Amino acid sequence: MIFFRKTYIIFYVAFSCFLITSCAKDGEDTPKDEGYEPTPLSLEIPPIFQERISPPVIPQDNPQTAEGVALGKKLFFDPILSGDNTLACAGCHAPAEGFSDSRQFSPGIDGIEGNRNSMPLFNLAWNYQENFFWDGRASSLENQALQPVVDPVEMHNTWPNAVSSLQATSDYPELFSKAFGTSNIDSTLVSKAIAQFIRTLISSNSRFDQYLRGEIELTESERNGLQVFEDENRGDCFHCHGDPNNPLWTDNDFHNNGLDKVFEDLGRGGVTGDPREFGEFKTPSLRNLAYTAPYMHDGRFETLEEVIDHYSEGLVYSETIDPLMKTVGEGGVQLTEKDKQDLKAFLLSLSDESFINDPDFQKP
Amino acid sequence: MKKIVLLFAITATLFACKDVDEDEVVTTNYNMTFNFTQNWDGEEITNPDYQTTVYTNANGEELTISKLDYLISNITFTDEDGEKTVIEGYNIMNARDGVNTQYSPSRKIPEGEYTVSFTFGFDDEDNIDGAYPELNSNPWSWGVPEMLGGGYHFMRLEGMFADNTGTQTPYLYHAIRAATVIGENPETEDTSFETELGTVTISQDTTIEIKMNVAEWFKNPNEWDLKELNSNLMMNAEAQRMISANGKSVFSLGTVE
Ligand code: HEC
Ligand code: HEC
Repeated sequence: MIFFRKTYIIFYVAFSCFLITSCAKDGEDTPKDEGYEPTPLSLEIPPIFQERISPPVIPQDNPQTAEGVALGKKLFFDPILSGDNTLACAGCHAPAEGFSDSRQFSPGIDGIEGNRNSMPLFNLAWNYQENFFWDGRASSLENQALQPVVDPVEMHNTWPNAVSSLQATSDYPELFSKAFGTSNIDSTLVSKAIAQFIRTLISSNSRFDQYLRGEIELTESERNGLQVFEDENRGDCFHCHGDPNNPLWTDNDFHNNGLDKVFEDLGRGGVTGDPREFGEFKTPSLRNLAYTAPYMHDGRFETLEEVIDHYSEGLVYSETIDPLMKTVGEGGVQLTEKDKQDLKAFLLSLSDESFINDPDFQKP
Repeated sequence: MKKIVLLFAITATLFACKDVDEDEVVTTNYNMTFNFTQNWDGEEITNPDYQTTVYTNANGEELTISKLDYLISNITFTDEDGEKTVIEGYNIMNARDGVNTQYSPSRKIPEGEYTVSFTFGFDDEDNIDGAYPELNSNPWSWGVPEMLGGGYHFMRLEGMFADNTGTQTPYLYHAIRAATVIGENPETEDTSFETELGTVTISQDTTIEIKMNVAEWFKNPNEWDLKELNSNLMMNAEAQRMISANGKSVFSLGTVE
């Protein structure tokens, strides 16, 4: 009985608090109290994705809305989130560079460089395992967006500071109110808005997509390049990077593709602590390579020729090397000059100019 | 009073739901769960064994396993009169991480005594290029290139073995439908196979263990020589026929409870 009463009291108090807070909000005149709902905005899923792969991942507690996406976009391009108001997300994820960075390492606000190459951002709603970063340490796009703001070698801010900067502006409180029904900004809402914007970054109009849609023919060289890519006796790239039925062009899984004998960066293994995963990194998508140089987790290769030479002659053995690097004994798959050129032509057919020029994705 | 009315309403709804369920099944049908386990000649293979435990195959080669993903389809219960109940569909699993190794299809099985069998991989009827969105993309990467006739892998068993000189060398024991002609107009030969596990009596919800003895892939009738056959097996129709033949003794019935 005493227990019952206590629970009752706690409940009563909680309920009163709820009433009080809702009253307080009334005073601020937020739309939520008038039954406000932001405008639902469904992702435009390209037909090729619709037909071939499973639906995108959109968390139940963060549905896409027109106001949320617009706010996320503004935040993504706004240096206000950084410690000294100089660096936006876009500072290291430039639309023209496939939302990555042409510099090997991107300096943060203090001019300090990290040890990894920035990653391109597209089709991330289709990462079903939801492992983000090269080592998969972030478990959702929302969770990911929380990190750069406080990363000391990136935006080097604190969340309380970032939130109070936003709160003090003339426009953000109202934009949050429109997107989420409250003008009380917090880091969770910031990350939700940014994640909504990132989910809209969809790339599906490369030459190869046009070919799949029957709109164009591939060149002789691109066609042979695809054969090299899929031929076990030549490139054998498809086991990790996918095939024409997988428009993502990655398995989003972690592998050691034979870059190093000794690891300076433990990659996936650094996160899981499992020595069997030392030196493993997430397979990147092969879309938009024309804009996303340099390549690999540490941006060690400036050109696609170097990447192809790596797989052809440059493989290095280490204990965790993926067995798919089957020709490591000979240093690689030993492609002919012609096959190398054609493979490159095929890889470039996966680049999507309309994606990097999409007016919806440019700085507002 | 209001509370009582509400309670009554809730109870009524609950009962209504139950009625519908029972109409559908009429007799006693039971839920099946299939529990896929893996062993090396009886020694269970669990997550810590991957990449670390060294096994010796029939041909005397020492190997470790990095990856073991496989797909089975159309589990079939055949009763004494030869009447078949087929659980249509497939189950793809990642043995290392235990993904989908418990398979609980929605199709129920009526009380009775049955012979249980299933298809390893997809037979030609189901092995349709691009047809399964889940298999087309991550994490499975399960597609077979068009030049080999398309469709899907049946198994990816991968790891390292010590070659003649003791050098750690990759092997990729990939099972697919054999491609007898490779190129623009590929031709294929169905090397999926049906495997019969034995008889089970179903009189309650049942969990059936399906064991894979990985050593059998290397054993009989073809003693596997990894030095000769370690990679590019997808492009080797004869190797696919050998894999198919060896697979027939790989699976067995484990505990049924
Ligand atoms: C100083 C440069 C820099 C800034 C600023 C920056 N990023 Fe990044 N971003 C990177 C680097 C480098 C990586 C890879 C880091 C790693 O793997 O450890 C990355 C990775 C990511 C990824 C993972 C992509 C994937 O496929 O896994 C996402 C998403 C992302 N950033 C979004 C953002 C957002 C949102 C912001 C702003 C809040 C932001 N970034 C600000 C450099 C930056
Ligand atoms: C075992 C799986 C695997 C195979 C097979 C494979 N790759 Fe990769 N690929 C990866 C991984 C993992 C990375 C990232 C490695 C890192 O950064 O440490 C990568 C990186 C790349 C990159 C750099 C992309 C970027 O944005 O940085 C390119 C290009 C590429 N691979 C092309 C190929 C080609 C061409 C082939 C066939 C010759 C191939 N890959 C075979 C797993 C694989």
